Amino acid sequence: MLLSSLIALGLLALAFGLALGYAAVRFKVEGDPLVDQVDAILPQTQCGQCGYPGCRPYAEAIANGDDINKCPPGGESTIKELAELMGVEAKPLDAAHGEDAAPKVAYIREDECIGCTKCIQACPVDAIVGAAKQMHTVITDACTGCDLCVEPCPVDCIDMVTVDPTTASWQWDFNQTPRGDIPVKVIS
Amino acid sequence: MPYDFEQIVERIDQQKFWTFPGGVHPQGRKHLSNQTAINTLALPKQLVIPVKQHIGTAGACLVSVGDKVLKGQTLTSSPHPFSVPVHAPTSGLVTAIEERTTAHPSGLPELCVVIEADGNDTWTELKLIADYQQETKSSLISAICEAGIAGMGGAGFPTHIKSTARKKVEFLIINGVECEPYITADDRLMREFAWQIRQGIDILSHLIEPKVVIIAIEDNKPEAFKAMQQVCNDTPAIRVVQIPTKYPAGGEKQLIQVLTGREVPRTGLPADIGVMMFNVGTCYAIADAILHGKPLIQRVVTVTGEAVQKPQNVWALIGTPIEHLLSQAQYQLKKQKAPTVIMGGPMMGFTLPSVDVPVVKITNCLLIPAKKELNLSQRELACIRCSACADACPVSLLPQQMYWHSKALELDKAEEYNLFDCIECGACAYVCPSEIPLVHYYRKAKAQIRIQRDDKDKAEKSKQRFEARKARLEKEKQEREAKHKKAAAARKQATQPATGEDGGAKDKVAAALARAKAKKAEQAQATENSASAETQPEDNKARVAAAIARAKAKKAQQAEAPATDSQGSAEDERKAKVAAAVARAKAKKAAQQTEPDDTANASDSAHAESAEDARKAKVAAAVARAKAKKVAASGAPTESSAETDDDSEGREAQRKAKIAAAVAKAKAKKQAAEQAEGEPEVTEHKPVEPALEEDSPEAQRKAKIAAAVAKAKAKKQAAEQAESGPQATEDVPAEPAQEEDSPEAQRKAKIAAAVARAKAKKAQREARQSGSEDNEQS
Repeated sequence: MLLSSLIALGLLALAFGLALGYAAVRFKVEGDPLVDQVDAILPQTQCGQCGYPGCRPYAEAIANGDDINKCPPGGESTIKELAELMGVEAKPLDAAHGEDAAPKVAYIREDECIGCTKCIQACPVDAIVGAAKQMHTVITDACTGCDLCVEPCPVDCIDMVTVDPTTASWQWDFNQTPRGDIPVKVIS
Repeated sequence: MPYDFEQIVERIDQQKFWTFPGGVHPQGRKHLSNQTAINTLALPKQLVIPVKQHIGTAGACLVSVGDKVLKGQTLTSSPHPFSVPVHAPTSGLVTAIEERTTAHPSGLPELCVVIEADGNDTWTELKLIADYQQETKSSLISAICEAGIAGMGGAGFPTHIKSTARKKVEFLIINGVECEPYITADDRLMREFAWQIRQGIDILSHLIEPKVVIIAIEDNKPEAFKAMQQVCNDTPAIRVVQIPTKYPAGGEKQLIQVLTGREVPRTGLPADIGVMMFNVGTCYAIADAILHGKPLIQRVVTVTGEAVQKPQNVWALIGTPIEHLLSQAQYQLKKQKAPTVIMGGPMMGFTLPSVDVPVVKITNCLLIPAKKELNLSQRELACIRCSACADACPVSLLPQQMYWHSKALELDKAEEYNLFDCIECGACAYVCPSEIPLVHYYRKAKAQIRIQRDDKDKAEKSKQRFEARKARLEKEKQEREAKHKKAAAARKQATQPATGEDGGAKDKVAAALARAKAKKAEQAQATENSASAETQPEDNKARVAAAIARAKAKKAQQAEAPATDSQGSAEDERKAKVAAAVARAKAKKAAQQTEPDDTANASDSAHAESAEDARKAKVAAAVARAKAKKVAASGAPTESSAETDDDSEGREAQRKAKIAAAVAKAKAKKQAAEQAEGEPEVTEHKPVEPALEEDSPEAQRKAKIAAAVAKAKAKKQAAEQAESGPQATEDVPAEPAQEEDSPEAQRKAKIAAAVARAKAKKAQREARQSGSEDNEQS
């Protein structure tokens, strides 16, 4: 009786062990999926304000247990999403890494540009075009507003310009306009 | 499909309709404005035409400031299919193309073309298609696009895109419902221009080829219904029907549901269920465009409300300032609490930011309510969960849930409740007892979700760009490394026979040795200084000399420190050599000074001559130094520019410098020798010179040794001349030691040189004192 149960259990253990071993080989996951998930939440400005050289390194750091509140461009919404993903408490933005400011894009005052290409080398997303001793300019659509091109400019001809709200980007915020749009009722 | 085509047509013929869920029955108040015929408006002085007045992309401006434009002239164009042009509503001058506040609830400026009317209202050449049935569909559709027609019901969807039917259309529905209170623009248009609407319908039928055309009109517009029936009774395929009044029956999806019982899928279009719908205003504009060639430059606008004296419908040119319309209707500002003009109806409209904004293609109504006409209060109270909103919703949504989530900015949850199916009709807000501006919350949430999506898209693009850049930099780095490796290998091959790097290393070793020696000598001297107090002046001089040597050694060291590659070491080498040359020259000087000393010792009359000689020798040495420097300097640029053969070039420069120095030295020596007459120095110095000419660091060292030897010899001579003295005894044993190049010998030589120099100086001083003529000679 004892022997038969032992044999049965042993066989079961063997069977499950084989099944698990096969599954481990068959369904092997390449890379860390958590890093990809975190990276997908981050705003990809590649600004380095978190202290890491780009969004993916920070995603890796978060996956390894770093704080989730070091991303000023992402702001509160990113922190919230990260908190949800990582299963931790959402914290307020760490002010040491900068503030959650309005979106900006770099603007090169083109007549002052000397064509040193330093900003081109600094741009993490290749959003500046130009050649040596030729005027440079920013591709506004590709600019993430990371600020990294401002510091290397030897003639200080790069400004960070706040993106003006357009009718397309407007979010029904009536702070700008005096009156609301609220559908009105007809009083009988 | 719950009902097939025959069943639906049968039901329509029996005036039996379906209904949509919810809906509200606000007061119509259409009698205010539908009593009078559509008025024409005086031509405004200035017209402001926003470049983008439809859903889609704006075109590029074709005109520039200062251009004369004619009525109907195209102002913009775009290759983008989702774009329609805008046209000049009258003839005049383009005075500005700038950002102006337009008819948008945000009050944000948009690009506009400003035209100053010249009053002539001259038409441009019109291209009409009289016999449209002979034309191809594509040419008709492009004509509709060229005329700038966008859906005039309110959304502004480009008509040419809608009418490019790809699917089989069973029902072409003409929307004359106009369900929103107050608005009567379509009502008046149908009453007065039924025939032209019919023409438009015919053109659309030709384009779309539907099985049946249904003109739907709410039962609160019997006159319009009659008028449309009259113009359509000759064609059985066109059915004019009256549908029950219920807000928002005029919504596209709602009207389709009422007429056919079919529901438009949430991700689909009406064409997916065999239905296509156009507004009566659009039909009128299509007829205008095809049959008269006139682009869409005017539309009917209802100006109504109790705060205007004469509510009416007017033909307003696109771009006419609202103010112009208000003055026509006799706006009574005092009847309002605050100046309020609503564009659109009371349910879906928005308050205008100012009365300067222009009429656009989708402007169907201007509502100017009196004080107590509308409940404009913003007393928002807490939701009491009465669910009246859910009952009123024509799309069967849960407005209350969407409200909670939108307010809490839980956008994904709001989206789960199908926020994007909301048609923003305002029925929920209308019934809300707490007066919550529900639609406002939905609009806000929708805008935020859209922006989040855009941000996500942008982030994805940035990520791709970032990764592409990273990959590119990595590739470049690897390429560079490969290139460097190749270049290094080539360099190695080129320099191996010349042992360039080896030579440099040797040189460094030699310099290091020299430094070490100098240091040791210095230390030894220091101890000697403390030991022999009686030789104070000599010691001082020796110390100074040692200090100079130290400083030079240091300088050489500093120059050597940053040097990492062969180029740097070559430079160092050069510097070291120059320094050595200088040192040599000094040594020689010292030796020369000792020589006159000798002669001074021998005969007093030679004093003056010897002083002169010393000076000459100095000058010669200085010239030699300068030459050496110059040569070194001229060698420098070639060295820095050349990459692979800089070693050899530098070497050449060095060699030249050395030769020059040697020649100078030799000359100085010769002079000295001549002075000394038949002294063995000259012969002794000769072997030094060829050694210098050899271009290796070894030579440098040899030169140094030779210089030391020469110095020592000079000293010896001096000693011999002096015959007796404490220095002589010291110098004699120093000789063999010098040949071994021991630090002690060097030290001794230095001391000797210093002593000799001191003597020479003394002799000089004596010579100066001896007579003024000596000074003149010098």
